Amino acid sequence: MRTLEQTTQEVLDLASKHFNVPPGSLAPEDDFFKKLGIDSLQTLEMLSRLENHFGIELPDYEVQGVSDFRTLASRIQSRL
Amino acid sequence: MLDLSKYQSIGAALKDALDQFSKEVCLMEADREREKERLTYHDFKERAHPLAKALQEKAFSAGDRASIIMTNQSKWLITAYAIFYAGGVLVPLDYKLTPEEQWQLLKHSGAKVLITEYPIWRQLSTAAGRDMATNVSTVLVTEAPQKADLAGAQRWEEFHGSGEPAFIPRTRNDVACIVYSSGTGGRPKGCLMTHENYLEQCVALTSTYPFAPGVRYLSILPTNHAIDFMVGFFGPFICGAAVVHLRTLRPEYVREAFAKYKITYVSVVPLVLKNLQKGLQARFDELSSGKRKVFNALVGLNRALTKSRPRIGLSRRLLRQVHDPFGGQLRTIIVGGAFTEPQTLQFFYDLGIPVANGYGLTEAGTAITVNDLKPFRADTVGKPLPGMEVRIVNAGSDGIGEVSVRSKTVMSGYLNEPELTAEAIVGGWLQTGDLGRLDPAGHLQLFGRKKNMIVTEEGKNIYPEDIESVFESLPVKEFCIFAANYIWPQRSMIGEQLLLALHLEPGQTYTDDLRREISARNSKLLNYKRIHGVVLFDQDFPRTASMKIKRNALAEQLAKLDRAAAFLPL
Repeated sequence: MRTLEQTTQEVLDLASKHFNVPPGSLAPEDDFFKKLGIDSLQTLEMLSRLENHFGIELPDYEVQGVSDFRTLASRIQSRL
Repeated sequence: MLDLSKYQSIGAALKDALDQFSKEVCLMEADREREKERLTYHDFKERAHPLAKALQEKAFSAGDRASIIMTNQSKWLITAYAIFYAGGVLVPLDYKLTPEEQWQLLKHSGAKVLITEYPIWRQLSTAAGRDMATNVSTVLVTEAPQKADLAGAQRWEEFHGSGEPAFIPRTRNDVACIVYSSGTGGRPKGCLMTHENYLEQCVALTSTYPFAPGVRYLSILPTNHAIDFMVGFFGPFICGAAVVHLRTLRPEYVREAFAKYKITYVSVVPLVLKNLQKGLQARFDELSSGKRKVFNALVGLNRALTKSRPRIGLSRRLLRQVHDPFGGQLRTIIVGGAFTEPQTLQFFYDLGIPVANGYGLTEAGTAITVNDLKPFRADTVGKPLPGMEVRIVNAGSDGIGEVSVRSKTVMSGYLNEPELTAEAIVGGWLQTGDLGRLDPAGHLQLFGRKKNMIVTEEGKNIYPEDIESVFESLPVKEFCIFAANYIWPQRSMIGEQLLLALHLEPGQTYTDDLRREISARNSKLLNYKRIHGVVLFDQDFPRTASMKIKRNALAEQLAKLDRAAAFLPL
C-alpha cells in the first residue's frame, strides 16, 4: 500500500511527464491550472491518465474544485 | 412535435408529450463504458409521478420553489418534471459553484425543497451558510451509500407518495424557473423566466433545428444552463426525441458516445469545440503526404458543394473517415455560452459538420440569433430567431451600438431587484450590454462588450463584483476589479481578462511579497474566475457619498493609462 507521500510523488511525476515539464519542477502545493497553464479539459485528460496509472475510478465530482496536486493525491489515496 | 401554441405551461406540454410518445425512448444514461439506464417516456412518467405526489404530501404547491443541484443525469429531468407537475417553480443551480455560493442562492431564491446528489450534499451539509437558508425545509439526496450520514436529508429513491398526484395547472405568465445569470458575490441576478418564455423559445429553436422520435441529443452542457435546459430537455421531450447523459465527462468517453449512441445533436462551449478541432487536426497531420493530398481535395470539394447550404448526406459520403467516428448521424453541433472564433466554425463546416453558432443571454430566454446555414457564415452569430426583434441602440458611424432585444422570450425581471430590472429592460427592450451591428443581410456581428464583465471560453460569465471578496483586507489602500476591455474597449469578443486596480498606501511599493499575496488569494478562486493582472493607480478612487467606489468614474480615469504599460501580469 502506497503512502500519501508516495502517491503525491507519483501524481507529480505523471503530470510532469504528461505535460512535458522538467521532473522536479512541480510541487505538491502547486496549483496545476496555473503552474501547467492548462484548462479544465486538459485536467480531465490528466485524470484519465492517473486513473489508468493507479487502477482506480475517480468520479468527476471527487475532483470538483480541486486545483492543487496535494489535494488531488489525497482524493486518489482514499480510493486505493 | 406538439403544437405549443395550445399550451399554458411547460408542465402541461410535457404531460401530453409523455403520453403521446409513451413507447419512445427518452433517456439513456451511461457511466464510462457502462449503460446505466434506458427509459421510455412511459418509464419516465412512472418515475416522476410518485415524486410529484410525495412533494404534494409535503404541502408543496403552486408557486413553491424547488432547487436542483445535480450533474447531468436522468434524475435531473425526472425531478424537474415532478416540480412542474406539482405547479412548482424550478431553481436550477450550477453544481460547480462553491457550497457557500450555493447556500447564498438557495436563500435568495426562497427554495423550500432542495434536490441534490450525495457527493454534493456531503459538502453542502457541512458548509457555512446552511443555517442562513432556513427556507430550505426538505432536502432530497440521490445515490447516497447505504450507511451514509444523510445530515437531515431524505433519500430521493425512497421519496415516493402513494396514489396519483394532482396536476397543478399554471398560466403562461406564471414564473416557471428562476435562473441565476450571475451574482454569487454581489447582488444575485435571479432571472424570472415565465412559462411563456420557454414555450416561445422552444417554438423558435425547433423551427431551425427540429427534433423528432429517433433524434438523439448528447447532453454535456450543465442542464442548469439555459441552453441545455432547452435543447437537452424541453425541446427534445415535446418532440419525442431522446437525450443521452454521461456521468463521466472525460474526453475519451464523450468521443465514444457519439458512435455508440448515434448522436444527432450536441451542444458544447467554444473551449470543447476548439479541443475537438485540435484533435481532428492532429489526426489529419498524421496522414501521409499522398493521403493528405486526397483528403484536402475532398475537403475542397465538400466546401464547394456546400457553399449555399449544408448537404449532410453528401458530406458523410465524401468524408467518411471524419464522420464515422461521430457515429454517422451527427447533424449539427450547437455551440453556445461564449463567443466562438470564425476559423473554428469554418473548420467544421468545411468538413461537412455544421456548427449552429448563435448569440443569447439567459435574460433573453437562451438564444436571440442563430446561424440558419442558408448560407453558412462564420463571421456572424446569425439572424434573429422567429419572434425576436433586434435593434442596435446608439449606433456610431460604423453602425456599431448596443444590441437590444424585444421578444416574448425575454424574462419578466430579476427576483427582488426592481432597480436592476428597470436598468436591464427599458420600454420592453432588453439592453444586452453587448456591442454589435446588423449587416445588410440581417446577420448580427458582435464587437465586444459595453458592460463590466467577461465571458470565458468555457461559457462562464464573470462579474468583477462577484470575486472582490477574496481580496478583502488586502494590505493596500484600496482596490477594485475590472474587465480589462471595459476600461480599454476593444472590438473583440475573445481573450477577455480581469484586472485588479490597486491604490497603494503612501510610500508603499508593489513588492514581490504583495504580488505573492495577491496570487495566493487569486488561487482561492475557481480557475476560470481568476484575475490576470494588476494595474497601479496613484490617486484616491472616486466614491459616492456612502463611500462606494464609483466604478464608471474610476474606469474612465484608468482608461487614461496606457494598457500595455499599465497592465502587470500576475
